[in-house]
Amino acid sequence: MSKLSPFNVVSLTLGFVFLYLPMLILVVYSFNESQLVTVWAGFSTKWYGELARNEAFLDAAWVTLRVAFFSSTIATVLGTMAAYVLVRGGRFFGRTLFSGMIYAPLVMPEVITGLSLLLLFIGLGMDRGILTIVLAHTTFSMCYVSVVVSSRLVSFDKSLEEAALDLGCSPAEAFRLVTLPIIAPAVISGWLLAFTLSLDDLVIASFTSGPAATTLPIKIFSAVRLGVTPEINALSTIMIGIVTVGVIIASISTKRAKVKAEADERLAQRTE
Amino acid sequence: MTQTVFAPWTDPAAKPLIRFRHVTKRFGDFTAIEDLSLDIYEREFFALLGPSGCGKTTMMRMLAGFEDPTEGTIELAGEDIGAVPPNKRAVNMMFQSYALFPHLTVRDNIAFGLKREGKPKDEIHARVEEMLRLVQLQKFASRKPHQISGGQRQRVALARSLAKAPKLLLLDEPLGALDKKLREETQFELMDIQEKTGTTFVIVTHDQEEAMTVASRIAVMKDGALMQVATPSQIYENPSSRYVADFLGDVTILEGKATKLGDAYEVHWAEGQPPLRAKSTLALADGAGCHLAIRPEKVEIHGEKPADDNVLRGKVIDIGYLGNISTYHVQLANGQTIRAQSFNTERDTRRAFTWEDEVWVNWTENCAVLLDH
Ligand SMILES: Nc1ncnc2c1ncn2[C@@H]1O[C@H](COP(=O)(O)OP(=O)(O)O)[C@@H](O)[C@H]1O
Ligand SMILES: [Mg+2]
Repeated sequence: MSKLSPFNVVSLTLGFVFLYLPMLILVVYSFNESQLVTVWAGFSTKWYGELARNEAFLDAAWVTLRVAFFSSTIATVLGTMAAYVLVRGGRFFGRTLFSGMIYAPLVMPEVITGLSLLLLFIGLGMDRGILTIVLAHTTFSMCYVSVVVSSRLVSFDKSLEEAALDLGCSPAEAFRLVTLPIIAPAVISGWLLAFTLSLDDLVIASFTSGPAATTLPIKIFSAVRLGVTPEINALSTIMIGIVTVGVIIASISTKRAKVKAEADERLAQRTE
Repeated sequence: MTQTVFAPWTDPAAKPLIRFRHVTKRFGDFTAIEDLSLDIYEREFFALLGPSGCGKTTMMRMLAGFEDPTEGTIELAGEDIGAVPPNKRAVNMMFQSYALFPHLTVRDNIAFGLKREGKPKDEIHARVEEMLRLVQLQKFASRKPHQISGGQRQRVALARSLAKAPKLLLLDEPLGALDKKLREETQFELMDIQEKTGTTFVIVTHDQEEAMTVASRIAVMKDGALMQVATPSQIYENPSSRYVADFLGDVTILEGKATKLGDAYEVHWAEGQPPLRAKSTLALADGAGCHLAIRPEKVEIHGEKPADDNVLRGKVIDIGYLGNISTYHVQLANGQTIRAQSFNTERDTRRAFTWEDEVWVNWTENCAVLLDH
């Protein structure tokens, strides 16, 4: 391996410091003994203990997970269906308009999405709570799922579906037995994307949540307005940990899939 | 030897398996197939031959049910199949791209259609094993499609489309991806399988040699219409048009005017060249324009002027040596080139003719084909 030039070492260092210093500080201070965030008073894990006893945070975390799970699941089903119709439906009236409109929410300012949903829920007389957040998150993350899935469907060989029909499948069976298993990786990434978007969302959730249900981002945001506490640092550290583990698992499985694909290719060549 | 010749198309009582009746297919305002009528009989190995874009795949897709005719009807075993969806047709198709399911093993690919029929497990298993044996892929049954070679994939595709024992098997350029040697082997394998299973095959190809090798009859297509439907030898020896003569095999085509002379015609085709005689059943008016098609293997080449009809004088300008045969390009005084082929039956003999040699070419009046269009 070639050695990095001094210039490259400097740029690399600067870049990573810029990216990770804030998070590093947050992680370090979550182990601070002191009540004050900015004064170091020795190592301690007591804030993690405090956190575990903080009902409000735990409730909010549970709400967030449930919202993320349900909204991403519904969004995946709806988004995949929309993608399928837009890519495979052939030319029907208004197709261009529909496919343009499905991308619009991606660029719509969140405040506007949130506000319009709020107005809708009020108009329908719905009490704001978990259900309204789930509906709101489904609305915006569905577009992301549909973008991810349709980009996979565009490169999907249509003759595979025709072969399934030819061999006796109804269109629904062809989708279930052939299309879905093949596009599954894209559907799963769509689901993961929708899940993270939902975990992450503050703006839309603040419009659509009610006193009965608060998500973790809202809880953290309102707590921070009263001052940052080491408890919040601890919570954030846990979240960073979860994300890191997720990313590591994803990259290991990608690497494994690649190694397997290479082995298969060698196998195919040997049998020529 | 009491073998009856297989030729149901000559029997007026025979019922065709497939019947295209005045079928037209349009995509928007583009007409891909125009008013096409065609009968294909059971147990035939029928080839659709034509240049790219002439509508061969469209014909197959209409048979499989992926496209509907814009006008006209298609019958399968006497029934109009217009309203029958692809999954309800006793027709299977082997796709040009093979279309193997990448997430299933070779065995599960072959079993796919059988499982949809809801047959008992052991019956499916037995049938899949039989198919694997037929295409010699038992060893690779648990591999996925991307773990086998191109030739093996093609055999999996064939086995999968044969597994349900369809009345009709459609093969869309099935051998396009194979190299010449494997292609020829597979052609004979296909004929073997067709004979063993008794299935009717319709094969699409743009390779005329392939069509000649495998087919009981060939349909030559051009721009969505049939130019001629006949056996390979009829198509080769008695093409009905200049297009068909030119499309299949090597041919020299001369243009001229016909005059009736007994049971043959005399064709005046160039100033200063003798007229050429050709036997024909065509009814041509005196002086009508016509074409004369002459296959190179029917043309003899001589060093001395022979005493026959149809003798033309020229000189050798090019020689194509192919090992088993040599093709001489003989240029006449008016610039027209005639090709003559001779077999190199002896080893190591000095070539009879060489460049710039003065030669005479001739053929009998039965050998040239007179064409009116
Ligand atoms: N779905 C379609 N939409 C528009 N044009 C088509 C479609 N399918 C085929 N065509 C046109 O019909 C003609 C015949 O196509 P095809 O049957 O695929 O030809 P071949 O298989 O003989 O090469 C081509 O000019 C092609 O562009
Ligand atoms: Mg084609």
